[in-house]
Amino acid sequence: MSSYPDSVSEIELSNVHKAFRLDGRLVTALGGVNLTARSGEFVVLIGPSGCGKSTLLNIICGLMEPDSGEVLLDGRPVQNRTGLLGYMLQKDLLLPWRKVLDNVILGPEISGLDRKAARQEAERLMPHFGLEGFEHSYPATLSGGMRQRTALLRTFLCRRNAMLLDEPFGALDALTRRGLQEWLLDVWSQFRQTILFVTHDVDEAVYLADRVYVMTSRPGRIKLELNVPLPRPRSRDMITSTGFADLKKQLLVSLETE
Amino acid sequence: MKVEENQAASAQTTDSSSVANLRVPLGTRPLRLLQRYAPPLVLMLSLFIAWQVGTWLTQVPKWLLPSPWQIIVAGVEASDLLGPHTWQTLKETWLGLGLSLVVGLALALVMDFSALLRRTLYPLLVASQTVPILALAPLLIIWFGYGILPKVIVVALVCFFPIVVSTADGLRVADPDLVALLRAMGANRRQIFFKVRLPGAVPSFFSGLKIAITYSVVGAVIGEWVGASRGLGIFMIRSSKNFLTDRVFAAIAVTSILSIIMFVAVVILERCLLPWYYAHREDVWEEV
Repeated sequence: MSSYPDSVSEIELSNVHKAFRLDGRLVTALGGVNLTARSGEFVVLIGPSGCGKSTLLNIICGLMEPDSGEVLLDGRPVQNRTGLLGYMLQKDLLLPWRKVLDNVILGPEISGLDRKAARQEAERLMPHFGLEGFEHSYPATLSGGMRQRTALLRTFLCRRNAMLLDEPFGALDALTRRGLQEWLLDVWSQFRQTILFVTHDVDEAVYLADRVYVMTSRPGRIKLELNVPLPRPRSRDMITSTGFADLKKQLLVSLETE
Repeated sequence: MKVEENQAASAQTTDSSSVANLRVPLGTRPLRLLQRYAPPLVLMLSLFIAWQVGTWLTQVPKWLLPSPWQIIVAGVEASDLLGPHTWQTLKETWLGLGLSLVVGLALALVMDFSALLRRTLYPLLVASQTVPILALAPLLIIWFGYGILPKVIVVALVCFFPIVVSTADGLRVADPDLVALLRAMGANRRQIFFKVRLPGAVPSFFSGLKIAITYSVVGAVIGEWVGASRGLGIFMIRSSKNFLTDRVFAAIAVTSILSIIMFVAVVILERCLLPWYYAHREDVWEEV
């Protein structure tokens, strides 16, 4: 796989706790989370809404520190983690005053890299991300699917070996979402970053993942770790296979007992 | 190729494009402009015609209420006088606006920089707007004389408040998720300010500037009322004392027209500087 400096490709959480104060009450968001994403692995995190998935990602990427427990990146605890991992949220969070091309080079720009070189690479990747011909469009003129692809290209161009994707397709309609899942797998098979993907869609989880973690509702813990042995490249036919159905059933049972 | 992508993209967001399609297709641009600007123009014109006819029918004396036509005639006849007075008022307006921009933007940045300063300054700013300008203007003349400075200060006092408040609010409302994303990408405070919060505050700044612009000319006129040797305000006072009501109205008309021209100039500037703010799907995806 491609490897970038100033980046890490392995994520490990060990016994991570996090609590918040809400109206004077103490709410435990994470009650000891253990989780690993190895280099080049596609890991999906699934759980009921409000189980602390976003808190977990915020801790991993360094926006928050855990109350106790450790975040290990490439096996080492890292204090200032911001900028080491790619991060993408459900909202596309594009800068409305920037055209597509200038939006996607935000990462290199923040790292102080040459804007012109970044633009050239972005232009080269536009067709891969289905954005060819829209380099000079403002986000407000794009469809939801295209905005999300733009956000993904921006995350991609941050040149990180590991990416955290927080329900990136959550706001899209089923058809667009399915198209983007296939397309994401295609991109990932070429570049092989480590991906930690959060969703609450069981089909999405099984279809995408090498491994799925199921989280309990508050306080969030990992209650199930499930390997997905389906062969790659994945195809839509697999969704109707018995292997897929079995895995899906295990996840649903685990989620329903929440 | 392009067409295929267009179709693919519009298929993805059926809701918004179908709303756009529901609009009556008007086709040409001049027709669209006419559709937008005709109603207010027709209303204005009818009001003036009603006024004109009303003064004919009632035979109201000119010194009490002149007709629109009489006002135009008076304005043209007094144009040699009106010109220099207008120029003076404009100078005061522009200097005052410039001052309010400098002070207003500086205050907005300072208040954005520190929450403590924001809490400290905000009540003072609001209090500054509760002082009746008409009572303050004579004091300014006592302090700063009959020159241009007191008028400039009045204009700045009227204009800086909307600029500060709108800019400071614009800086504050930056999407917290967007700020978090940039932090996660490794951006420092300065980068977040220049890449997210400042550009995001520009539309809000323009809203404040539009309010300030509409007040600015009136501010200058008020400053002149209290004591000046030149300017539209003093022209109004003199004309009014001599029962030259048509000239008072002519000066009022000039004041309004100046304000409107400056307002429109800001709107055009805004359109040029913020193309993204006015970019919408339906403007780009035209039916073929």
